[in-house]
Amino acid sequence: REKQLVEYFRAQMRKDPDMASAVAAIRTLLEFLKRDKGETILGLRESLKWATDCLTGEDSSVAVSSGGELFLRFISLTSLEHQDLSRCKKVMEERGELFLEKISMSRTKVAKLCHTFIKDGAKILTHSYSRVVLRVLEKAAAEKKRFSVYVTESQPDSAGRQMAEALRKLNVPVTVVLDAAVGYVLEKVDLVIVGAEGVVESGGIINKIGTYQMAVCSKAHNKPFYVVAESFKFVRLYPLNQQDVPDKFKYKADTLKTVQNLSEEHPMIDYTPPSLITLLFTDLGVLTPSAVSDELIKLYL
Amino acid sequence: MADAGEPEGPERKDDIVKAKQEGKELTKEEKQRLRKEKKQQKKSKEKKDDKPSRDSEKEKKPASAASPAPQTPTQPPAQKAPSAAPAPVPVPASETPSAADKPAKSKAELKAERRARQEAERASKGKKGDVGPQAAPGKPKAPPSELQPVVKRLPEHVQVDNPEVLKKLAKKLERQQTPEYNAATKVKIPLRSDYGYKVSLFSHLHQYSRKAPLTQQLGIPSTVIHPAIVRLGLQYSQGIVAGSNARSVALLHAFKQVIRDYTTPPNEELSRDLVNRLKPYISFLNQCRPLSASMGNAIKYIKKEISNIPSQCKEEEAKRKLLNCIDCYINEKIVLAAKAIAKYSIEKISDGDVILVYGCSSLVNHILCEAFEKNRKFRVIVVDSRPRLEGREALRRLVQKGINCTYVLISAVSYILPEVSKVFLGAHALLANGYVMSRVGTSQIALVAKAFNVPVLVCCETYKFCERVQTDSFVSNELDDPDDLIVTRTGTTQLEHWQEVPSLGLLNLVYDVTPPDFVDLVITDLGMIPCTSVPVVLRVKNVDQ
Repeated sequence: REKQLVEYFRAQMRKDPDMASAVAAIRTLLEFLKRDKGETILGLRESLKWATDCLTGEDSSVAVSSGGELFLRFISLTSLEHQDLSRCKKVMEERGELFLEKISMSRTKVAKLCHTFIKDGAKILTHSYSRVVLRVLEKAAAEKKRFSVYVTESQPDSAGRQMAEALRKLNVPVTVVLDAAVGYVLEKVDLVIVGAEGVVESGGIINKIGTYQMAVCSKAHNKPFYVVAESFKFVRLYPLNQQDVPDKFKYKADTLKTVQNLSEEHPMIDYTPPSLITLLFTDLGVLTPSAVSDELIKLYL
Repeated sequence: MADAGEPEGPERKDDIVKAKQEGKELTKEEKQRLRKEKKQQKKSKEKKDDKPSRDSEKEKKPASAASPAPQTPTQPPAQKAPSAAPAPVPVPASETPSAADKPAKSKAELKAERRARQEAERASKGKKGDVGPQAAPGKPKAPPSELQPVVKRLPEHVQVDNPEVLKKLAKKLERQQTPEYNAATKVKIPLRSDYGYKVSLFSHLHQYSRKAPLTQQLGIPSTVIHPAIVRLGLQYSQGIVAGSNARSVALLHAFKQVIRDYTTPPNEELSRDLVNRLKPYISFLNQCRPLSASMGNAIKYIKKEISNIPSQCKEEEAKRKLLNCIDCYINEKIVLAAKAIAKYSIEKISDGDVILVYGCSSLVNHILCEAFEKNRKFRVIVVDSRPRLEGREALRRLVQKGINCTYVLISAVSYILPEVSKVFLGAHALLANGYVMSRVGTSQIALVAKAFNVPVLVCCETYKFCERVQTDSFVSNELDDPDDLIVTRTGTTQLEHWQEVPSLGLLNLVYDVTPPDFVDLVITDLGMIPCTSVPVVLRVKNVDQ
C-alpha cells in the first residue's frame, strides 16, 4: 500500500513539474481517501495521518507536511455532521476536490497581487528556483513591464541556473551571481523577492539556504524584502533561531534515511525571522509578518 | 443611581428630577429648561474653581490611554464620564430643533447660549468630576459619537494629586456601605492616606506605608466587611500573599467563603444583592493593595455569573452553583492552563540549555520542574533584585527539585548573558497592544537579552490578558512602601532619616512594561503566539463567551 501511494505521488509530480509538491501530496491524499476501505471516521483519520507520514518520508519539504495537515483539518471539519459513513466520505471527497481547486488557483492570485509592486525599470534580486516567483515575473512581463533580474546560483544544487534559463525564455535580462556576491550586488537592486517552502507562526519563513543572509543584507541596505507563498504553506512551527528548526525539514528525505551522523551533512534550508521581512504575498492577501499569526489562528483554531 | 446631587438649583429642576425618577416622560420644554439651568450652573461653577487642577489634568490627558476595565471602583464615575461628554455636546444638536420649535428666541439669548456652550465644552474637558453629578439628573438623548469623539476619562487611581478626585473617592467610599437592618451600625470603609514624599513623575499614584495597614482604621466588630475579606486585605497589604496567581486564587477562595456565609435579605434578589455586597469588599481590597489585572478579570467573571443566576433559583442551589463556578474557573484558567503551558514549553527546552529566569513566577517554576521531571538536561540562572529578593524563593524551589542553579543579582545580567541560551519570563498581565506588564526589572532583562540575541519567551495564562493599552511604565503603576529601600549594613542604616531631607525621594516601583519587539514568543494555554497576536486572542475569547 505504501508503495502504491508513493508511486502515485511520484507520478503526479512527473506529470506536472510546475505543480507544487504540496498540491501533488494533497491530490495523492484525496485519491487515497477515495480508495480507502475504512469503516470508521477515526480509522480514516489515522490512515490519512499515516499516508501523510509516508509522503513526508518521500519528500521532506515543509510544504508537504503543512499541506497534509491542512487537508486533514479541512476534511475533519465536516466529519461530525453526518451519521452515515459513506455519505460522510462523499462530502469529504467533494470538499477535498473544492480545496484542491482553490489551491490550484492560489499561484495566479499571488501573481496578481504581487506584480503591481514591480515598477517599470526595476532591478530584482531573487534566490534559487521558485515557481511562484517565476509566475509573478511572468505576469509582470505580460503586463509589458521592463525589469531585470539577478539570480543567485544557490549551491549545492545550482537551482539558480534553472531559474535563469526559465527567465531567458521570457526575454527578461537575467544575471547569475554567486551566493557570496549578494552583499556586492544589493546596492544596484531595488527590491528582493523570494519564495518560501514554509511560513511559520511567527511570520518568518523557511526557505532554501542562503535566504537568511540575503534578508540580513537587504535590511542593512534598507531594500524591501518580499516573500511570495501560497496559503497551504502556513505551518504550525515556531522556531526561535536556526537551531530550533526540526531536523526532519533541514535535510533531504534520502539523507535522513541513510546518513548516521547528521552533523556532517549541510542543511538545505534556513529560517528567516519576521523582523527582516517587509511583506508576504499570499492568496489570502498581502500580509505583514505579524498578520500571519492572525491568519493561522483563523485557519487552525 | 444614588447621587450626591447638586444642593442648589431651582425648584423646577427638582420637580423635573422627581418626575424623571418616577419614570415619566419629560416634555420638550422641561428638557430645554433643564439644559439651560445646567449651563448656568456650569458657568458659575467654572468661575469658582482654580485653574491649576484643570491644567494638570489637561497635561495628563494626552499621556494616558483608555481606562482599565478591571477598575470596578472607578466604574460608577466612569459611567458618569460618557454622560459628561454628551452633556455639553448634544446641546448644539438639540439647540437646532429647539430653535426651530421656538422661533421667538431673541438673538441675545442665542448668543448667550452659544457662549455657554463653548464654556461648557471647555469646562467638560477640564473638570470631569464636577460635571458628572450635574449631568446625571437629566441626560440628553442625542448620541455623542456623531458630534465629537468620546472623551476618555482618566481612571481615579492615577489622579492621586488631584484633590477633587480624592474628595469624590472619599464620598464614594462613604456611600458604599451594606445597609444593615439597624441603621445605627453603618460603618464606612476607611480611606487610606499616602505616606512620604512622592517622586514628581509618579505623584499621580498612591504610595502607602506597610506600617499603617487599613485594618487599623476599622472598628471592631466590623459588620460591613466580611472577616475573610479583612484577613485577605491584610495579607495583601503586608505582602504575605504576593504574585498574581496567588492573589487571584486567594481572592476567589475568600469570595467562596463570603458566598457560603451569605443569606439573601427579604424582598431582595440574590443576583442583584450579592453583587452590591461585593462592591464595598472590592473597594476595601483596592485600598489595601491596588487590584491586579488577573484579579480584575476574575471579579468580572464572578459578577457575570452572579447576575446570570435565574431569579427562580433557590438560595441553596444558587450558592452551590456559584461555588462550583468558582472552582471551575480556578481549575480551568489556572491549574489546567499551567499544565498546557508546561506541555508547550517543554518542546522549547532542549538538552544542554542554559535558561535564565527572573524573580519568582509560579508558572515558570512549574514549567522548569516539569521539564526536569521529563529528563531534560538544562541548568538555570536565577536573577534577583532588591528590595523584594523574590529570586531566593524561586531558587529554593528549584534546588529542592535537584535542578542545577546559579544565582546572580540583576546588576550582573550583562556579564552572565553570553552563557545563556534562552530567557523565560513570567507576566503579571499582557496588554492589548502586545506590551508585557511584569515585575520591575523584566524589561531591563529583555532589553539586554535582545542585545545579545538571546530568545526571550514569556509565559502567561489567557486569563491575564487585559483590554488595556499602555506604552510606558509611568502612566499606571504601583508604588510600594519606600521604607523598604532602607537597609542596615554593618550596624549603620544610611537612609533612616530620608524624610528629613527635603530634596530626597525614595522610589519603589513594582511593575514595568516591556515592548513586544523584545519578546520573541508568548506561550499561553491556547498555544504559542507572537506578542502582537494578543488582541486576536482577546477577540476569539470574547466571541466564545
